[in-house]
Amino acid sequence: MAESETEVKYHQPDERGHFGVYGGLFVAETLMGPLTELRLAYEKFMQDKDFLAELDWELQNYVGRPSPLYFAERWSKELGGAKIYLKREDLNHTGAHKVNNTVGQALLAKRMGKTRIIAETGAGQHGVATATVAARLGIECVVYMGAVDIQRQAANVYRMKLLGAEVVPVTTGSATLKDALNEAMRDWVTNIDDTFYIIGTVAGPHPYPAMVRDFQTIIGREAREQIQQHEGRLPDALIACVGGGSNAIGLFHPFLDDKNVAIYGVEAAGDGIETGNHAAPLCAGKPGVLHGNRTYLVEDENGQIIETHSISAGLDYPGVGPEHAWLKDIGRAKYVAIDDKEALQAFHDLTKIEGIIPALESSHALAYATKLAPTMDKDKIIIVNLSGRGDKDIHTVADIEGITL
Amino acid sequence: MIDHVSRIQARFELRAKEGRKLLIPYFTAGDPKPENAVPMMHAMVEAGADLIELGVPFSDPMAEGPVIQRAMERALEYNVSLRDVMAMVAKFRQKDSETPVILMGYLNPVEVMGYTEFAQAASKAGVDGLLTVDIPPEEATDYVAALKAEGIDRIFLIAPTTSEDRIKAINDASGGFLYYVSLKGVTGAGHLDVKAVQDRVSTIRTLTELPVGVGFGIKDAESAASIASAADAVIVGSVIVKRIEENLDSADNAIKAVSELLSDMRQALDA
Repeated sequence: MAESETEVKYHQPDERGHFGVYGGLFVAETLMGPLTELRLAYEKFMQDKDFLAELDWELQNYVGRPSPLYFAERWSKELGGAKIYLKREDLNHTGAHKVNNTVGQALLAKRMGKTRIIAETGAGQHGVATATVAARLGIECVVYMGAVDIQRQAANVYRMKLLGAEVVPVTTGSATLKDALNEAMRDWVTNIDDTFYIIGTVAGPHPYPAMVRDFQTIIGREAREQIQQHEGRLPDALIACVGGGSNAIGLFHPFLDDKNVAIYGVEAAGDGIETGNHAAPLCAGKPGVLHGNRTYLVEDENGQIIETHSISAGLDYPGVGPEHAWLKDIGRAKYVAIDDKEALQAFHDLTKIEGIIPALESSHALAYATKLAPTMDKDKIIIVNLSGRGDKDIHTVADIEGITL
Repeated sequence: MIDHVSRIQARFELRAKEGRKLLIPYFTAGDPKPENAVPMMHAMVEAGADLIELGVPFSDPMAEGPVIQRAMERALEYNVSLRDVMAMVAKFRQKDSETPVILMGYLNPVEVMGYTEFAQAASKAGVDGLLTVDIPPEEATDYVAALKAEGIDRIFLIAPTTSEDRIKAINDASGGFLYYVSLKGVTGAGHLDVKAVQDRVSTIRTLTELPVGVGFGIKDAESAASIASAADAVIVGSVIVKRIEENLDSADNAIKAVSELLSDMRQALDA
């Protein structure tokens, strides 16, 4: 293993969940008790050999890990620069990286004796991944989803229902992911005794950003080993899309001490940053406090959260995980934005050239690779996190292109 | 020394001397229209309110039930901002220099303005206290210092799930009074267990010198009176906002409906 050349190893957050000035624990008092209970359970079980063995077994045999690290040879040649490897999280059970985290949190819920699981979902991937493990463990499951998202992700809604989950439409606010999160928090504050809230991304109050990251770093740990098997060395760059940022932190985290590995997080520019219709808090937002943590937000001058826009429901969120805010400020990762059109083009390119239909979320990362790869030499290596498969998005894409399915 | 520093304390002391309980109504500033706020505040005082809790609209009110969520959405149709709410208080102060006013809302608008800038503006407007639902004392060091410097009282919530250690920490950061949330859940939810509230409040009293107000779930004069047996103040929110919602087309009718409700509660508290 190539060890880091830096003297001070990256170690975040602090014991109260701070990544520099970001993160922390900003919730109503009623949630302080349950969040403490959760933090203690998480700290205990992440040291518990039985728990970790059970988690490993589930990841191998239920999720299907390790996911391959695939060399996209034709696509790399076409772009004419660096070699691009794809971390195939789309091949996981349920079709995205989300399940790495839901398996972990559901096992934790079981150990804590909780009998009811709730979740919020945007694109529906986290909802499906939660409903899936809830079915697997025989636990009651309620998923909150914005009414707008329910419309654009009908297939995932049906999937969740097939899996036995109750899907509750949220019509308040912008009726998207942030409002689903508000509603899930309200449910949790009302039912804290028996309910476990599985947050789907590396945002929210401590310990969620650290806990979800720890469950997702399997992506980066595998990729780090796999690229050394394939190429005998570490990559030159990592690229992942960032909504809340769980797939990105999962890939990035095991490489943070490897200073020669450049790290790029790709936000959704929507119609374009300059139009204001985007979901790019790191590129175009300001720090603030929302959903239990301090982080960059898309907000107005009065501190009201602004409705975001992205072609991809999974990136359509006004906040971002606090660790990304920190990595931006210290300059360890660079955050860029890709608009709807560029993402759509990458969606088509990968589908036609590699025979892989990527999720629209992941297509943002792929689109940035099409910009970065040609600027790099042919012996350079990029790993792109292909965080999910695009089957769920074919209706959205067809719609945009005026095709009725 | 700023002259309104002790408005909250003065009111609690006065009522304690009289053997009466404080009645604290809440409504969302700007619901349904910005110009209704100041007349509503005066009417509330007229109907027996001791202290007014003025809600600051926020786009993502995570601790609110549907009634107050809708009120905030109505106010946000007019883009009612934290600065606008302070301007309403300043206007209220032109005619009422005695009734304490606290702002209740979420941290982000205060955070974006800056704690010190907020505290100075609030003090100038005649605001007496601030309650932001989503800042626990552990995160509030700078916030408490900035508010203290301007004589703005810090009101924090205590929940049924709050440990005694945390009650002490909350007490240390607080000023004015402690706000006990009488049930788990969001504003406007569920049914009250009066005995459980009484038990909790007596525990809280062993850990603080500050007066204790109780809110969340008080629906009528009867529940106000039974909660008042355990507390120094009762805080009433959703049921008032509901009256406003039932009279969206007429500010006069909304004021009338809210005044009737508060008068009933006042009588029940004083009986």
